[in-house]
Amino acid sequence: MCTVCGCASGETTIEGGMPVHSHDHAHEHGGHAHAHAPGIGAARMVQIEQDILSRNDAYAQANRQHFDERGIFALNLVSSPGSGKTTLLCKTIEALKARLAIAVVEGDQQTANDAERIRATGVPALQINTGKGCHLDAHMVGHAVEHLRPAEGSLFFIENVGNLVCPAAFNLGEHHKVVIFSVTEGEDKPLKYPDMFAAADVMLLNKCDLLPYLEFDADLAEANARRVNPDLTIFRVSATRGDGLAAWLRWIEAGLETQRARHAETVDQLKARIAALERQLAER
Amino acid sequence: MHEMALAESIVQLVEETAAREGARRVSCIVLEIGQLAAVESEALRFCFAAAARQGVACGAALEIRDVPGSGRCGACGETVALLTRYDICPACGHAPLEIVGGLEMRVREIGIESSEEV
Repeated sequence: MCTVCGCASGETTIEGGMPVHSHDHAHEHGGHAHAHAPGIGAARMVQIEQDILSRNDAYAQANRQHFDERGIFALNLVSSPGSGKTTLLCKTIEALKARLAIAVVEGDQQTANDAERIRATGVPALQINTGKGCHLDAHMVGHAVEHLRPAEGSLFFIENVGNLVCPAAFNLGEHHKVVIFSVTEGEDKPLKYPDMFAAADVMLLNKCDLLPYLEFDADLAEANARRVNPDLTIFRVSATRGDGLAAWLRWIEAGLETQRARHAETVDQLKARIAALERQLAER
Repeated sequence: MHEMALAESIVQLVEETAAREGARRVSCIVLEIGQLAAVESEALRFCFAAAARQGVACGAALEIRDVPGSGRCGACGETVALLTRYDICPACGHAPLEIVGGLEMRVREIGIESSEEV
């Protein structure tokens, strides 16, 4: 692992065969700058008291700052494999792309299939292949943001690796985690994988067009999710048929509007501060 | 499942500290892992051994201190033991409780043998 930026020397690649990024710092692999003679070794304990994920959290904070400084609204889509995340994302993009600038980061262990599906909708997308990795981390996403350069006031989607366990622990700097739970799974999934449902702010119950053909109790599924996280905002949707998507789209647009307004307010405050400083200088 | 990523982060934190302290060898690493943190201790040990193989933490003993889950009830104010995130308050039946312990994933301290120039 690179000790300067934390790049794993492992298998993570960004589409096009690029490594996660080009290093402008030298890696120090093996060998110390000076040798230590085997003298009298003094053994002692050193306090660290740091969260194991503190480095990821620092990258996440930097990503979040990048988004906030540009009025970008970032969502991290998480689910088990096969819940319909990519289809949902494509339909969401189709509905919003005329009004909003959108960019997408796709995380999968292998293939660029999902990024290609997103690009077919006409918006920029970048695939990250995690190799054996089971989740995206904030460092990978930071590099993807550098490559994609999402526009000011735009919508930024991160489609995480299909996995209900690991992505829960890794903050990427997003404003909300959105968990997609399809009705072809079991109603008790929120109880089996509570961490993800606790970490999410929004749950989309997808494939609801199939409910008449299944023995799936949607009310029980929602109750289980709320048992873990009573504050969840829940939408019942069918990505393929479009049922219920309008409410989800309104939620996204309201979130982006809030984010843009917050950004505009910051910019206005800075402009006022600059104007005040200029007046002070002129009065001297 | 993400124990490999955790192991790599631990090794990185330990190696940074060891370099700063001029350590020649890291003899032990003390972790605090909450029982609600979805971390398998045995998987973490296995991954740590692989992740630490080439550095100063190679061969260090990993001491994992389990932190039991505990939650505070927003309704009756009791603090109770939690086995899952969504346990019901045994005193009043309220759920979910505010988790106050059991989500920790921390490196507490390390034991080092420092090198002294002769």
